[in-house]
Amino acid sequence: MNLHLIVEVLPRLLEGMFLTAKLTAASVAFGLLIAVPLALLRTSPSSVLSYTIFLYTFVFRGTPLLVQLFLIYYGAGQLEWIRSSAAWSILRDPFWCALIAFSLNNGAYTTEILRGGIRAVPSGEIEAAKALGMSYALRIRRIVLPAGFRLALPAYANEVVLMLKASSLASTITLMELTGTARKIVAQTFSPYEVFISAALIYLGFTFLIVHVFGRLERHMAKHQQRAKLKNNSRSHRRAAAKISASQKVAS
Amino acid sequence: MNRFKLPLSFLLAALIFGQARAGDGKTIRIATEGASPPWNSVDTSGKPVGFDIDVGMALCERAKLTCEFATQAWDGIIPALNVGKFDAIMAGMSITEKRQQVIAFSKPYALTSNYFVVRKSLGLAEMASHLKVNLSSQAEEERGILQGLKDALKGKIIGVQGSTNAEAFVRGYFGDTVEIRTYDKQDNLNLDLVAGRIDAGLADYSVWKAFLESKDGAVAALYGPRISGGPFGPGVGIGLRKQDKDLAERFNGAIEAIEADGSLKAISLKWFGADLVSN
Repeated sequence: MNLHLIVEVLPRLLEGMFLTAKLTAASVAFGLLIAVPLALLRTSPSSVLSYTIFLYTFVFRGTPLLVQLFLIYYGAGQLEWIRSSAAWSILRDPFWCALIAFSLNNGAYTTEILRGGIRAVPSGEIEAAKALGMSYALRIRRIVLPAGFRLALPAYANEVVLMLKASSLASTITLMELTGTARKIVAQTFSPYEVFISAALIYLGFTFLIVHVFGRLERHMAKHQQRAKLKNNSRSHRRAAAKISASQKVAS
Repeated sequence: MNRFKLPLSFLLAALIFGQARAGDGKTIRIATEGASPPWNSVDTSGKPVGFDIDVGMALCERAKLTCEFATQAWDGIIPALNVGKFDAIMAGMSITEKRQQVIAFSKPYALTSNYFVVRKSLGLAEMASHLKVNLSSQAEEERGILQGLKDALKGKIIGVQGSTNAEAFVRGYFGDTVEIRTYDKQDNLNLDLVAGRIDAGLADYSVWKAFLESKDGAVAALYGPRISGGPFGPGVGIGLRKQDKDLAERFNGAIEAIEADGSLKAISLKWFGADLVSN
């Protein structure tokens, strides 16, 4: 083990680090764009819609991401009619192939995570919204999605961390992201320990960032519950009671 | 998912047999890549076959060693040798200074002859492929040929197998004028060359031969001179641990013997259809 080498290798991994960050952020963003409407369709009362979306999530959750990536990258390149179509300008580029595979995969998992959150929204809240005369769209926007997303958040944070690590598969289709760059440096220096430890440290840094951001988001979205707790604790009870007796004195 | 099974089985083998030590009585475990025909590949039953394997078996017979071949991914092949999972590497590996810092080599048992292959649809200006460039010689004429090649390939996307001499050469000589994509396997590079994701590739003649003769390979052709020397080194040798001096000597003696009696040349003709072993 050569600590000096770890320090030396870190800056060389920077370029790969940026690609990893870009791939993960873009895949998670597109994945969420796919997942929100699909999760709503998946929980809709129509069994045809729900079953169709289930088929998509089943296929993408039921096969390895590596296989999906190879099918999109090498599979598409084999077919003459794809190569001569307009889509080839996108599928020719390894970055887009990785982005498509990752987004579809991440979207499938996120759909199921959001479905769980939406299902867990208390039916009382939805009935109350109905009783107030809210339309379907308004109900979804004000009640179902915010409450469902809050319930799904811990599982979703987990999925984002998994996506970060899954992005290392991009190195198999010529994209030199963090793991790919690390492997290249290993092949040049023949010191796997030091180089992979450096790469692992960077992944840990990213994961720390993601966990931290989602932690804050979770606290932010649970603000109304914190206020409720504050009212119930004994000190504020006494203060409230003192206020009431004071006002009674004034009144009498 | 052989990718994952293989390292696991090696780990198991290493646990069961302990660190195999090179020497008498014991089986010499030779690592090969199994993905660079005709040097080495795996047949339908998963057994390694190819030039490396035939030469290795001939050498072991001469040196009176018991040998067995196993496959190991290219980018982990040197660490696997050094930690004792294998006793030797025969995987079309060129002898280079960088590799010699971590492992030892036998004397070369084959030469290297690298060529560019380009897609025919690119319509590049003709460039004869009978010319030879030795990067170590620095002759005026050879530098002119290399400059011509650089001008012709300007702005193109070049594929190379990662962590190879070909990558080192392309980065060193053409890095500022071309885009470089690295592949883990030559097969994948070939697929992308056919699909048009890359315009050209650089690899050893023996690797291209199998591809150009295949149906897919019809879209591409050899381009420019034969390139050797420089980063490509003196040739292909057996990779060994530095401390196994006795094993190196036995292999060197055996290489001289099969060179002298013509059986090395016969194996080269069998697999490459050409003599890649004589200077």
